[in-house]
Amino acid sequence: MQLTDYKGIWVFAEHRNGRISDITFELLAKAKELSDKNDEGVVAILLARDAGDMSQKLLNRGGDRVIVVESDHLKEYKAITCAKVLEALVDKYRPSILLFGATSMGKDLAPRVMAKLRTGLTADCMDLDIDGDGLLIQTKPSYGGNIMCKILCPTRRPQMATIRPKVFSQLEEMENPKGEIVIENISVEPENDYEILEHVAYETEGVKIEEAEIVVVAGRGVSSKDDMKMIEDLAKELHGAIAVTRPLVDAEWYDPSIQVGASGKTIKPKLIVNIGVSGAIQYNVGMQNAKNIVSINKSPKAPIFSISHYGIVGDYKRIVPLLTEEIKKTRSQ
Amino acid sequence: MNIVVCIKQVPNTIDVRIDPVSKNLDRTNITGVINPFDKNAIEEAIRLRDKHGGEITVISMGPPQTIDALREALAMGCDHARLLSCREMAGADTLATGYVLSKAVNKIGAVDMVLFGSHAVDADTGQTGPIVAEFLDFRQITFVSQIDMEGNHVTAERMLEEGRERVRSKLPVVMTVTKHLNTPRYSKPVNIMKAFRKDIPIWNYEDLGCDINMIGIPGSPTIVTEIFEPKRRSEVEMIQGSPEEMVKELVAKLTADHAI
Ligand SMILES: Cc1cc2nc3c(=O)[nH]c(=O)nc-3n(C[C@H](O)[C@H](O)[C@H](O)COP(=O)(O)OP(=O)(O)OC[C@H]3O[C@@H](n4cnc5c(N)ncnc54)[C@H](O)[C@@H]3O)c2cc1C
Ligand SMILES: Nc1ncnc2c1ncn2[C@@H]1O[C@H](COP(=O)(O)O)[C@@H](O)[C@H]1O
Repeated sequence: MQLTDYKGIWVFAEHRNGRISDITFELLAKAKELSDKNDEGVVAILLARDAGDMSQKLLNRGGDRVIVVESDHLKEYKAITCAKVLEALVDKYRPSILLFGATSMGKDLAPRVMAKLRTGLTADCMDLDIDGDGLLIQTKPSYGGNIMCKILCPTRRPQMATIRPKVFSQLEEMENPKGEIVIENISVEPENDYEILEHVAYETEGVKIEEAEIVVVAGRGVSSKDDMKMIEDLAKELHGAIAVTRPLVDAEWYDPSIQVGASGKTIKPKLIVNIGVSGAIQYNVGMQNAKNIVSINKSPKAPIFSISHYGIVGDYKRIVPLLTEEIKKTRSQ
Repeated sequence: MNIVVCIKQVPNTIDVRIDPVSKNLDRTNITGVINPFDKNAIEEAIRLRDKHGGEITVISMGPPQTIDALREALAMGCDHARLLSCREMAGADTLATGYVLSKAVNKIGAVDMVLFGSHAVDADTGQTGPIVAEFLDFRQITFVSQIDMEGNHVTAERMLEEGRERVRSKLPVVMTVTKHLNTPRYSKPVNIMKAFRKDIPIWNYEDLGCDINMIGIPGSPTIVTEIFEPKRRSEVEMIQGSPEEMVKELVAKLTADHAI
């Protein structure tokens, strides 16, 4: 393998129902920043039945080039099918870096591609950089976030990674960006022995926690489900979304789509209010990049305070209703 | 139906620190246990076998003490165990691990299903299952929360970010399982006794017919260049006073910060 033959930063474009996922735009923005260091250009890879306006969207958000493969066999995402297409594309164009979202789709697909290509793959990265030798430095959490590791893939290509959503910010949409769309005519094989029967969305109302600007999180300190009412009132007053720590999902009060943390979602809201949350590292890695972190906990020693901007020591039963009232008052002034 | 379960021995706690002197993980007081999600995989394998027949082989690649994890899996009810271990296998990343596991599945032969935990709590990658699927050329179903068998097909429910997906796949298949799948059983004392009498063969890379360049450090494309503890913020501002005063002050500060 001639390492110097491999050039370019590729981003696998994730999409559902004709919409590109946010993680893809986040990766394009980061890839562009990296590409300013190695000047190799950013390529988005789009596999779809019908690319529609998605290719243009990828150019508008930082892609220098979009490589599109269209086929009826790409109607639904299937790991085996997509992995074969990616292998063919990598063989043809030889990218140096290949990035995926650390989403259920990216985590399903990337390892399969990596095994085909016999290269390295780093999971769940929370940072990327290029070192002095032009190698991709991949920073990932281990032990639920207690330890961070820096990982390199020095001798094989492409250097592959999955990256957690919400660690990088998207670029604003550009008008009339330069860039080209390449339609690639490679044959796509059907995979008939694997069928997707149905997809049922979890029942959550309102905004998704990863899209909300303000998030109110309830932890195990909230001692009864009835008390969720006062927390919902606070969230409503703040026009924010409700999220929870893992114990409340384990107790089946809520479904996993609103769990924050290492085994849940990473969020980066403008404001997060933690109520009865202790601040375990597995939780913190999911929200520590929020712009403003407020925590309410009855124990002054709760570790959550060490990653907060503002802390209140007190019983939520007392504090939360007062807080809702005070916000209402301030709003009406 | 023949099932292989891949299990990993992991530290009993993930609350680990870095030794300031050696700059390595501080391993004092850490003992090995079966990765929690791998227990869900074992439990499901037992239920499927009890319902549909066949045998379960549990395998793990690791140093000699990994045998304890395999014994525990036998005590839970698996039929056979194999330890994949030799000096040459040490230092493996997920590619080299996946390669060795796939070689072992091939050696066991006539396998219909290979089960994995959704991820290991130490390395936290979750990629070993799909890698093995690729080496074996099996279909894969990841993040599984429910399994139903029907002839030579499996119907499974996957738990994804925004919802549940139901898929149907022909065997053979690799599945990675979540803890929502089942509640793992405790082993009965009599089974623990029996597990101690069972032979656990150790397979080295030659037994498995592995290419020496595909295992251990030479077979691992990735290298860890540095480990560190994440930095913690320290400029927290604790708001003081009566509940009413604290709330008033907090709202004033958040308003000034344009946070609300
Ligand atoms: C592999 C792995 C992955 C994990 N992934 C996640 C994850 O993604 N997300 C996650 O959240 N957890 C995760 N966990 C679990 C995590 O380690 C913690 O157990 C969990 O985050 C604790 O949740 P908590 O803070 O709500 O509860 P606790 O730790 O029980 O904290 C409750 C807090 O409430 C406070 N409190 C009690 N009563 C009151 C009151 N009346 N008023 C105010 N405060 C009160 C207490 O002082 C305490 O600080 C994971 C664990 C493992 C091993
Ligand atoms: N050394 C190993 N031996 C056997 N199985 C393993 C090994 N490492 C990982 N696994 C399996 O792969 C799953 C995912 O691990 P990981 O990819 O390391 O997060 C685990 O839950 C195990 O089922």
